[in-house]
Amino acid sequence: MTVETAPPAPARRMDLLRFATAGSVDDGKSTLIGRLLYDTKSLFTDQLAAVEAVSAARGDEYTNLALLTDGLRAEREQGITIDVAYRYFATPRRKFIIADTPGHIQYTRNMVTGASTADLALILVDARKGLVEQSRRHAFLCSLLRVPHLVLCVNKMDLVDFSQEVFERIADEFTAFAAKLEVPDLTVIPVSALKGDNIVSRSENMPWYEGPALLHHLERVHIASDRNLVDVRFPVQYVIRPQSTTVTDYRGYAGQVASGVLKPGDEVMVLPSGFTSRIAAVETADGPVAEAFPPMSVTVRLTDEIDISRGDMICRPNNAPAAAQDIEAMVCWMDETRPLQVGGRYAIKHTTRSARAIVRSLHYRLDINSLHRDESAGELRLNEIGRVRLRTTVPLLADEYRRNRTTGGFVIIDETTNRTVGAGMIVEAG
Amino acid sequence: MTAPVYQVSHLDALEAESIFVMREVVAEMERPVLLFSSGKDSIVMLRLAQKAFAPANVPFPVMHVDTGHNFPEVLEYRDQRVAELGLQLVVASVPEALASGLVRESPDGMRNRIQTPVLLDAVEKHRFDALFGGARRDEEKARAKERVFSFRDEFGQWDPKNQRPELWALYNGRHHPGESIRVFPLSNWTELDVWHYIARERLTLPSIYYAHEREVVERDGMLYAVNEFFRPRAGEERFKARVRYRTVGDASCTAAVRSDADTVEKVIEEVAATRITERGATRGDDRVSEAAMEDRKREGYF
Repeated sequence: MTVETAPPAPARRMDLLRFATAGSVDDGKSTLIGRLLYDTKSLFTDQLAAVEAVSAARGDEYTNLALLTDGLRAEREQGITIDVAYRYFATPRRKFIIADTPGHIQYTRNMVTGASTADLALILVDARKGLVEQSRRHAFLCSLLRVPHLVLCVNKMDLVDFSQEVFERIADEFTAFAAKLEVPDLTVIPVSALKGDNIVSRSENMPWYEGPALLHHLERVHIASDRNLVDVRFPVQYVIRPQSTTVTDYRGYAGQVASGVLKPGDEVMVLPSGFTSRIAAVETADGPVAEAFPPMSVTVRLTDEIDISRGDMICRPNNAPAAAQDIEAMVCWMDETRPLQVGGRYAIKHTTRSARAIVRSLHYRLDINSLHRDESAGELRLNEIGRVRLRTTVPLLADEYRRNRTTGGFVIIDETTNRTVGAGMIVEAG
Repeated sequence: MTAPVYQVSHLDALEAESIFVMREVVAEMERPVLLFSSGKDSIVMLRLAQKAFAPANVPFPVMHVDTGHNFPEVLEYRDQRVAELGLQLVVASVPEALASGLVRESPDGMRNRIQTPVLLDAVEKHRFDALFGGARRDEEKARAKERVFSFRDEFGQWDPKNQRPELWALYNGRHHPGESIRVFPLSNWTELDVWHYIARERLTLPSIYYAHEREVVERDGMLYAVNEFFRPRAGEERFKARVRYRTVGDASCTAAVRSDADTVEKVIEEVAATRITERGATRGDDRVSEAAMEDRKREGYF
């Protein structure tokens, strides 16, 4: 027996914002996340009850919201290395995915991972301490990963008497630092995560602050134009050819639009072959669509029968990525067992294409605190970042990472252990 | 004329991501299989598989880990859905494994834990190297840290300390023979997203997901249906209640919740509102059952 569902309820038109948080417990990061979850009613009773019980038992003056992300069911957490944790909340305007990453230097790879898909990064500083080495490092990693929006929360404002002077000093210092890093959009907000000031609504304790509360900013920050709608890049993921008597002669190229807008009738070029054709149709399971843009997963059909397979790229004749075997990239090394070494051979995954690569040279290793370049470095160890030159077995169909995060990023895989050992951001493909 | 707004809703974005993940698996792995319990998450997952490969058929079989303690409505649903889509169904049967001596009944009669060897045995026999599961990161704290492509060693074990970094949409499914990857296309979906999608896609669910009258007993603050797999203990009083199931699992240990939600819209309202009442922390009994059910779900297939 089954129940037929009623016609669909009109779905609320919410969009999706992914953001990464960086910081340590000391900065109040977990308290801040707990506050956002709590104030947007995104908590389950068992979670809250556990926190209230532990808080009461410890004699905390307030329900300690940091326990939501740190201490809950802690016994089950024993032994789990601090790692990226994903959390979810929604308001009527947006659904949010938080990539919650630990802030210490030994977890740089986790922060790089969380930032790789983020639309926005949220960095916390303690108003009493001001900018510390860690804040600068986080800002640098966000700029390296090209996170389009950065928010600096100056936290614990209640502990500096909600002082405008303290806030402005920190904001000015950070803004000056960020200017050197090509941070496209920076917002600085004075908050008290513990007391809830400027988190969900504007704080009465800081009338001098005229900007938005944090949640207001997260709900309204304009992310639609962050996507690259200019360069048509459609990495072919899978070729759909039904073996069926009802659907014959169907050949569709399935994939997710990396950038640009694809429309029926558009002239396209397929790499690496260089053949050109026109788009006959852009389809989804729900029928043909007038256009496809990121992040849509669609199936593209062409007017000509040409040989296309997974790993090929559909682009435009007058706007194509490089097809390059010599790759200059910034690499963050993620393996604790073996360092990246010149001459090392690895597997590469770039869009839907796999290749093998050899490390030709390591130009320098970057000190991610001072941004000093050490040109004498011979290897990259866990959490170290450097600029390398790779030679690949087949051409990568690539753009600069700064122009395209999808066609500019790749991962490095150890062929013996199959582990993902590095993340690369292409600086130059030629 | 208005300028085109190149925006998609959060549900469309989640769908696009899940479809990408499923295509990635079929393109890169040898023998994928979709774990299909006839629960709402696996039903959503199956719809995504249909969409990912249309107009071709779903290019992999589905597997049901059958504990032998089934709600009849759920088995009926499974067989109907499989026939509709022309799918190949693999049943990993706990009763058969009990008969052959692969596993032994646990003292309490619960079959959650003994499912695992049965699942792994089927994986080995069919040489499956990728298993789609419907688990979500919002379900549980440890799950919040699991990857979309979750590597399992030759014993099927997850090692939280030894996970592969997962950057951008570059999933690493490489493995040696005998090892496998569990793939969670719904990682970024919440319970509410799942229900909104069920409404949007007009998906049919087993009837026990909607409010109905049932004879139950209360145990540890939870409502259990009285059936051939669940017998009241001395002193437990049977009574009729209007309930529905939030999850579908083994009929001997899956509890129902009191509910009047008999349509998908009402369930959506209930799921959305439940968070608020829960936050008010006024219903201690429900609180216990929520946590316990989530734990069971985690211990089930994953």
